[in-house]
Amino acid sequence: MLGDDDSSTLRRSYHTLLIACLALLSTPIVLMYLWLLLASVNRESLASFLPTGWTLQHWRFLWVATIKPGYPNIWVVTGNSLLFAVAVMVLEVSIALLAGYVLSRWQFRGRLLLLQSTLLLHAFPAITLIIAVFFVLRALHLLNTLAGVMLVKVALELPFALWVMKGFFDGIPWPVEMAALVDGANRFTTWYRILLPQIRPGITALSLFAFLSGWGEYVFLLTFILEKSGWTLSRYVASILGEGEVFVDYGLMTAAGLFYMFPALLLFAVAHKYLIRLPFGVDTP
Amino acid sequence: MHTTPATKRLWLPSPLLLFLLPALLLIVVFFVVPIGITGVISLTSLDYRFRWDFVGLANFLALFQDALIPRVLLNTGVYVFTTLLVFHLGLGLVLALLTAALPMRPAVIFRMIWLLPRFTPSVVYILLWRLLLDPTEYGLLNRLRAALGAAPVDLLTQHPWSVIVLVNGLTGASLGLVIFTAAIESIPCDLLRAARVDGATTLQIVWRLILPLLRWPIMFVTTYQTLSLLASFEAILLLTNGGPFYATEVWTLYAYHHAFTFSAFGYGCAMTFVLVLIGCAVSLFSWRIFRFTRQVPTPPIENG
Repeated sequence: MLGDDDSSTLRRSYHTLLIACLALLSTPIVLMYLWLLLASVNRESLASFLPTGWTLQHWRFLWVATIKPGYPNIWVVTGNSLLFAVAVMVLEVSIALLAGYVLSRWQFRGRLLLLQSTLLLHAFPAITLIIAVFFVLRALHLLNTLAGVMLVKVALELPFALWVMKGFFDGIPWPVEMAALVDGANRFTTWYRILLPQIRPGITALSLFAFLSGWGEYVFLLTFILEKSGWTLSRYVASILGEGEVFVDYGLMTAAGLFYMFPALLLFAVAHKYLIRLPFGVDTP
Repeated sequence: MHTTPATKRLWLPSPLLLFLLPALLLIVVFFVVPIGITGVISLTSLDYRFRWDFVGLANFLALFQDALIPRVLLNTGVYVFTTLLVFHLGLGLVLALLTAALPMRPAVIFRMIWLLPRFTPSVVYILLWRLLLDPTEYGLLNRLRAALGAAPVDLLTQHPWSVIVLVNGLTGASLGLVIFTAAIESIPCDLLRAARVDGATTLQIVWRLILPLLRWPIMFVTTYQTLSLLASFEAILLLTNGGPFYATEVWTLYAYHHAFTFSAFGYGCAMTFVLVLIGCAVSLFSWRIFRFTRQVPTPPIENG
């Protein structure tokens, strides 16, 4: 758009220049990811950039019982991660769908106050509450349980999710809903039958976002899960990175990292359109 | 039950409550209550014995005695300021402007590359950096240096701040990229063409036309990212854990260490409570600025 010149050869060379600039800026990122992939199947792991020989030895964690005495099995850990991410996704999206609808379409006393506090909490740096949340979980006997951390995660992302969902509901034209109500549907039926199908892209976008954020969660799991049986992939990979225990095996590190990253990467590649549409919980006026 | 409309609006009708209840419950239990608890704990000497003994403002006074606090404050300031200015705003803007000038296809590819770190699990993103900067000759950087005949370096120990700012900056720049791109794309094409016809150079168009139009998005990214940088410590925790010798300890990480390494919950909460107050103040302030009520149209249907 900026390079709207009339002469097309000038424009083309201008574009080439821009692409060269961007490519130069972006090369380190691409190299980093490529390096991870290559090292994970390189027989000498990091000893050469291009593999000198292929091996699946670094991927042994997938089929051996444990990589180290006392370590949980990778599939148990993966199951935990999956459970955590899916639960966060389902809870966050369904709660936001319910409340976002009310915030967007109902007029009631205290609506403005509720909207204001949602927006306020949305910019609030929730991680600073981590010490207090520790005591809340302790009082609720949810410390050291994945369910407890799920609830925390959902709650802290809720202001963002509510705001996004409210935005998607705002986009549905009123006459659609009016017509359904005039035809005798109650508001619950209208919500379920008429409105939800219309914001399917919004539901997809928020679901993806919630899943990825649950999948990548680290600090809350580190702080509130105290036993190895509750480990998720983030804890597993972080421990190979040397979280406390000296344990450096570059090949294993790259393979496990790649294994952990793969679902996130796949979702991102397939659905980046939806994710970019989600304004990261950000509304520009 | 028959009520007049005026009293009917006083209370939430029950289906409304059912729709709102789960959200309200979670926000109260994990947001509102913890904000209160942070305040209360900061007034106690709560530690590993879990005894709630009130000590008044002793924890806050102790902050002034703590010899490490000046260092932590300086670290936090440098970290927030440079990351925000150089990467979140600077690089974000540069990337948005460069990609906006490109045709659709290459622009999308570059945006995807820059969004990739944001959607990579943070632990793996840090792992990538650890491999890149590995102090042995096997690190990618040292391998490149070796090709040029230079000796291996250990950047993470020698220049921890540059590394941390860079690591955080690359993920943060993508937020700026997305927001600024959306804003640039909403500028009417006619405006840019008119400027072009009037003989403005590209630099003039960027400086005199686009940047002023990006005022609100820039303000937004600044407030939002300042808060999240003040509070975030995940990358530092994974990269250096505050070391070497507190060189990279920032405010929240210091609080975190006090609470979960030394079990000094009272002191830790006193530290985070300061941030909670800052968070509330900045949020209130930004909501004033961004003229909140304009974004909230009143629904034409009342409760049903």
